[in-house]
Amino acid sequence: MPEANNSVVVENLVKRFGDFVAVDRLSIEIRKGEVFGFLGPNGAGKSTTIRMLCGLLRPTSGHALVAGYDVARKPEAVRQNIGYMSQKFSLYNDLKVIENIRLFAGLYSVPAKELQGRIEWVLAMANLKGQENLITGTLPGGWKQRLALGCAVLHKPPIIFLDEPTSGVDPISRRQFWDLIHQMAEEGVTVFVTTHYMEEAEYCNRLALIFRGKMVALGTPSELKRDSMKGELLLVECEPLGGAVEALQSASEVMDAAVFGNALHLVVPDAVAAMPRIEKYLADRSIDVSHIEKIRPTLEDVFVSLTTARDAAEERKP
Amino acid sequence: MSFTRLLAVAKKEIVQILRDSRSLIIVVIMPVTLMLLFGYGVNLDLKGLPVYVYDRDGSQQSQDLLKHFQASEYFHVVCVVDGYPAIAKALDDGHAKMGIVIPWNFSQRLSEGGPVQVQALVDATDDNTANVLIGYAQAVVQGYSAEVQINWLHERGQSLQPAAMSVETRTWYNENLESSAFIIPGVLALVMSVIGAFLTSLTIAREWERGTMEQLISTPVSAMEIMLGKLAPYFVLGMFDVVVCAAIAIYWFHVPFRGSYVTLLVSSALFLVVVLSLGFFISVLAKSQFAASQIALLITFLPAFLLSGFLFSIEQMPVALQWITRILPARYYVSVLKQIFLKGTPTAMLYADLIPLAVFALVLALLATSSFHKRLE
Repeated sequence: MPEANNSVVVENLVKRFGDFVAVDRLSIEIRKGEVFGFLGPNGAGKSTTIRMLCGLLRPTSGHALVAGYDVARKPEAVRQNIGYMSQKFSLYNDLKVIENIRLFAGLYSVPAKELQGRIEWVLAMANLKGQENLITGTLPGGWKQRLALGCAVLHKPPIIFLDEPTSGVDPISRRQFWDLIHQMAEEGVTVFVTTHYMEEAEYCNRLALIFRGKMVALGTPSELKRDSMKGELLLVECEPLGGAVEALQSASEVMDAAVFGNALHLVVPDAVAAMPRIEKYLADRSIDVSHIEKIRPTLEDVFVSLTTARDAAEERKP
Repeated sequence: MSFTRLLAVAKKEIVQILRDSRSLIIVVIMPVTLMLLFGYGVNLDLKGLPVYVYDRDGSQQSQDLLKHFQASEYFHVVCVVDGYPAIAKALDDGHAKMGIVIPWNFSQRLSEGGPVQVQALVDATDDNTANVLIGYAQAVVQGYSAEVQINWLHERGQSLQPAAMSVETRTWYNENLESSAFIIPGVLALVMSVIGAFLTSLTIAREWERGTMEQLISTPVSAMEIMLGKLAPYFVLGMFDVVVCAAIAIYWFHVPFRGSYVTLLVSSALFLVVVLSLGFFISVLAKSQFAASQIALLITFLPAFLLSGFLFSIEQMPVALQWITRILPARYYVSVLKQIFLKGTPTAMLYADLIPLAVFALVLALLATSSFHKRLE
């Protein structure tokens, strides 16, 4: 048994599909009551990891303990202690809201005398009171997501796994959904959530950045923004943008240049020192700089910087 | 095994069936349609076959012979023509199955007491029909021939010696020799195949396709509970259809039912377990509705149709095919059905069919159970 304050312990977890390594020696520990985010692009291995943790895929090697149970050896014990929301909406569209809830209550063996109370609780939580008899398939996306979450937590599991729960949901519904997640975390539920929305990752207590099956960084959002960038960040507003990016690629000081909205983000070793040199460099190439300042990186900057560094390292390999 | 979880799956399945008009059509309308289709549409009895006649004699005797053909329920003299080309054309066009040519000296030869030959041109595209047709034609001609012989002897003050031997036939089990009585009981096997294998293969593959299976198997429900919960409603529907089909056979088509109702239900239940298990097994492997349903029809419906003895008697198949039929569960079920409907064979004498059926049910149920894992791989 792991220490009681860890809900999920992953050690050297590997998943191969043929020659393809989907998850590569992943090790993480998730504390009880934590909202843990798994951030990465599509195909990074997020869903594969979550599926292994739910006992739906067998790990190629390594170990994972969920609620103290080994996912490969005791998948049924794991399932009794988790709620899982898969990436694709996967409740029954042809059932009524209440029928889906009753189905999952049955599957999780919710005791008969508690059933009515749980149903009320889930309906209230998902804000679906009065909509019990609607056919699930006719609900708007945000409602469906809340219903799916409700069905996944009917048995009050200590840990819930959410695989891109808000994809395809409008921003307001997304916000409401995250309020729900935090509400549960406050009640002591551990939440493991994957996403590829950077702004959503900010809602997590801790984040693992995952890229091509490997974890490239781990920490709180502010730790990541503070520590994980190699260099500092400059915001440059100039005209024309495209020409500037091209020109700056060959500037010795610039580690990375990318367009963000109507400005450029440049990664440089020392932002204050570089500012006048960059301005001159661009002016020499008749690019007009209207504004330049040192900024705090966003998670997206961190992510781009870490992944390009890794790409470069891989290219250098023979 | 948790009864709560099994019940949750079964309830969900029932709601889905009731809400899906396609399933309902297959469960309610398909069995009735198949019964009516095979009861009325497929008739292996040859009656009223179209015949063209070229009467080169045109005498009283030749007309008498034709009257004999006309009087037979097997033939229908459509048209009298005046030449071979018209007969050839009618056969070519399929307007006639047989052409009868009466020679120009027919009455003359008869009055001389000499043998005379009547020509029959037969469309033998379907060799079976052709053989039956030739048999009937010979019977008609022989009947008339005997009549002529008696008259001829009678005119000369003699009488025909009775034949030394004759066959006195009595048909048992299907007294009126109606092919519908032979066919209809077997329709149950077809209906069960569709309900069992086709519908279940769809329902499980659908869960994989829509992603609902992933959510389902992430819960503590066991593989066995999913299987039984999903199959139980179809088992009930299948048994319901057995009763409906048997009622149509007995009360609408008046097929005799002489055996035991219990045996009917037991053998149907065994066959249902066979096809449900197959449907489940296929859908676990195929995981797509289209592939699963096609394979299910291919390995259950088709053999039940062609090789089970439902339409075509197994004894008349090539030996190799006869051996193949032994591995078809439908063969044993159809055999039981035909025997309990028509013969009223006591259950104790049906063990040769019931035991293989039970073995198939057991083996396939185990196969289905072991094929399904709560994993995505």
